[in-house]
Amino acid sequence: MPNATYVGRTVSVNDEGFLINPDQWSREMAPEIARAEGIDELTQQHWRVIDFMRHEYQEKGSGPTVRVLGKTSGVSIKELYQLFPKGPAKLAAKIAGIPKPRGCI
Amino acid sequence: MAEPIQKVSIIVSKGSLEGIYPALIMANGARAEGIAANLFFTFFGLDAIHKRRYEHLKVATVGNPGLHLATLAGGLPGVSSVMTLYMERKMEKLDNPPVPEFLQMIADSGAGLYGCKASCDLFEVSRDDLIEPVKDIITVGEFYQLAAGGQIIFT
Repeated sequence: MPNATYVGRTVSVNDEGFLINPDQWSREMAPEIARAEGIDELTQQHWRVIDFMRHEYQEKGSGPTVRVLGKTSGVSIKELYQLFPKGPAKLAAKIAGIPKPRGCI
Repeated sequence: MAEPIQKVSIIVSKGSLEGIYPALIMANGARAEGIAANLFFTFFGLDAIHKRRYEHLKVATVGNPGLHLATLAGGLPGVSSVMTLYMERKMEKLDNPPVPEFLQMIADSGAGLYGCKASCDLFEVSRDDLIEPVKDIITVGEFYQLAAGGQIIFT
């Protein structure tokens, strides 16, 4: 299993770079993971989505789909794609340190 | 590892619910993975973006062996509507969006929705007949220009 180092701490990640153990994640790691994915700066809106992802994961055991994000996070689907151009659910999950959501929709 | 897919252009040529929905899943799924996507609606697929029809798409209950329903029974009045309702309820339970919402979602994700010019001419459909998220009515040549450098999927 590969490792990655964010803010000087080593974490286990899968082949796609998602954290294996969400408990190893800390808020300080998020900007560094984001930069590696081409997002230079995490704005308040990015954080709104990231916090929502963490919250949903803790409540339900998996990250939300883009549809759920658009309906309940308070950020529209249009804006979600502007914030995370390479796929909102996937990228926000990675930055939030939770597993990649596995739904088809 | 193989080179990741950068762009897909999906042609929708069928007008039944089961003919349209997979293409929408593929386009939406592409965007969710950060892949650029275009949808090109041609022939009966135009119903998916037709203002008067896109909310009333039906499951094909005749000539559809996968449904495991006798063709004779599938042809009775109302069977298609009942089967469609049944499937829509199941999809709703699974949190799958209905077609109108799905199309809006896909357009909001930055994918392009296009009508086929030849089919629009054939069925006498104008831009005003098509739903708002549709970007344009384009020719096959323009479709190939849009699709350049990516994969083309025909459904």
